[in-house]
Amino acid sequence: MSGRISRDEAAHVARLARLRFSDDELDELAAQLSAVLDHAADVEALDVSGIEPTSHPQPLTDVTRADEVRPSLERDEVLAQAPSVAEGQFRVPPILGEAP
Amino acid sequence: MTALGVAAAVASGERTARSVAEDYLERISEGDGGIGAFNLVLAEQALADADRVDAALGRGEPVGPLAGVPVALKDNLCTRGIPTTCSSRMLEGWRPPYSATVVDRLRAVGAVIVGKTNLDEFAMGSSTENSAFGPTRNPHDTSRVPGGSSGGSAAAVAAGFAALALGSDTGGSIRQPAALCGVVGMKPTYGRVSRYGLVAFASSLDQIGPFGATVADAAACYEAIAGHDPLDSTSIDQPPEPVGDALTDGVEGLRVGVVAELCGGGRQEAHRNGTNGSPASGVEGVAGDVLSRVQDAAGALEQAGAEVRTVSVPSAVLGLSAYYLIAPAEASSNLARYDGVRYGLRVDAANAAEMNVNTRTAGFGAEVKRRIMLGTYALSAGYYDAFYGKALRARTLMLQEFAAVYEDVDVLLCPTAPTTAFELGAKTSDPLLMYLNDVCTIPSNLTGHPAISVPFGSGDDGLPVGVQVMGPALSERLIFRVAAALERTAPGDGSTP
Repeated sequence: MSGRISRDEAAHVARLARLRFSDDELDELAAQLSAVLDHAADVEALDVSGIEPTSHPQPLTDVTRADEVRPSLERDEVLAQAPSVAEGQFRVPPILGEAP
Repeated sequence: MTALGVAAAVASGERTARSVAEDYLERISEGDGGIGAFNLVLAEQALADADRVDAALGRGEPVGPLAGVPVALKDNLCTRGIPTTCSSRMLEGWRPPYSATVVDRLRAVGAVIVGKTNLDEFAMGSSTENSAFGPTRNPHDTSRVPGGSSGGSAAAVAAGFAALALGSDTGGSIRQPAALCGVVGMKPTYGRVSRYGLVAFASSLDQIGPFGATVADAAACYEAIAGHDPLDSTSIDQPPEPVGDALTDGVEGLRVGVVAELCGGGRQEAHRNGTNGSPASGVEGVAGDVLSRVQDAAGALEQAGAEVRTVSVPSAVLGLSAYYLIAPAEASSNLARYDGVRYGLRVDAANAAEMNVNTRTAGFGAEVKRRIMLGTYALSAGYYDAFYGKALRARTLMLQEFAAVYEDVDVLLCPTAPTTAFELGAKTSDPLLMYLNDVCTIPSNLTGHPAISVPFGSGDDGLPVGVQVMGPALSERLIFRVAAALERTAPGDGSTP
């Protein structure tokens, strides 16, 4: 098994993804992700000069509608699903302070 | 009884919708303990819906084409006020404030929703073993997986717990479990069916589609859900063609291509032959018995008047690698919404960022975390061009090659899954081995083209084999027609365990 991804790199990616892992889990993930990237060597080796990327299978165009007031989701029904609410809004812990 | 049989019996007054619903609910309560197809059985609502159908019929009002037909929904389709879990701790207990368009459409034509089915968490997996609520088992052999990620829906139809079911297909998640459970499963053209209310996995690949015990049943379900929806800006704004009336048209004169690259010859084979290192000529891991059934199916179509030839789509071998970069990349972005703020699980902390980490670490299972990690890596600075950027170009190459091959043939034929149903636990410790289940189904997701899996005989182990018919964009009418021709000639009856 190749070491395309180290434990430190896996830890960095975990921070970007807002996930926490133990060192053992990071080692296992690094090995598993390395195996998938090894398989992807065929794509990595592809000569793509002159080939445009396709991010979507259909040609996408902007869709607009008339700017008219329409009913939307019931606010109470939406807020009833939130872990914490206050004064008709989502309530969260302080966003300022030390990052994890 | 088929779904269309149920609909006819209810419409003619031979059966009441209530008695049909009671029969199916009883089968579920007797049999699902050993299968685990359902996350939630909606007995009360199903009976109420059935009563509404019977009342409408009693008043002489017209009812829809699926009136009284029991349908199961994959539990990543939103149902207003009814728990929708995606088989994840993250959404346990969540009650969506709206229903998916497909759910509204099915109920509008009289379908009776009997329950929500198990899946691999957030539709990520090929065996339904990645569910936070335990695995689903294959009704043909309960030591085997039903496939995935829509394993609960496939098993529900195979076991007779529902006459029809809906699944979602991002890399084969309808067609592969359909093949392993011996039922029909179909992925429509991207945009043909509204994704509004389908919990997003990979937005450029996801598509909702039907399961049925027969091609005609799946076709009727497809007709009920297809069509433009202003609530999904990617849905195609042109009316869908009917498909049910084409099923008896036969295949006389049709040109059928068997895709060489999707019939094996890949790395494992190259390795065994001592030629590892040279470019793979085909996808890896296709079993001999599955390949034999595909050859039988090709022969049956030829016998029925089709012109069958072998065709080549070299970039199809790149599908697996491209998919497992593109789908996780999109997933890592889509699943960023699970942050403990607006719905679902929250694991509290002193500040919001720590709360996000606590919530996501506790709420997601191992495979979902793995895909988020893979996708975040593929999109991160320094690797974007080498992996994600190239995968998007491999996708272009594939679109070009499929377009070229559809100049010469009308439809394509290949295996749906490389093997029959495997044992529970056989592939859970090796993610890449599990991913290889999708080698034959992935190309249609990357191109956005429609494809259908139809049971065609069994493997050496006696378990069902599915063959796959693929067509160009918006060729639903054609692929249903070819699938129906295959069904008429399929050896044995692989549809009921």
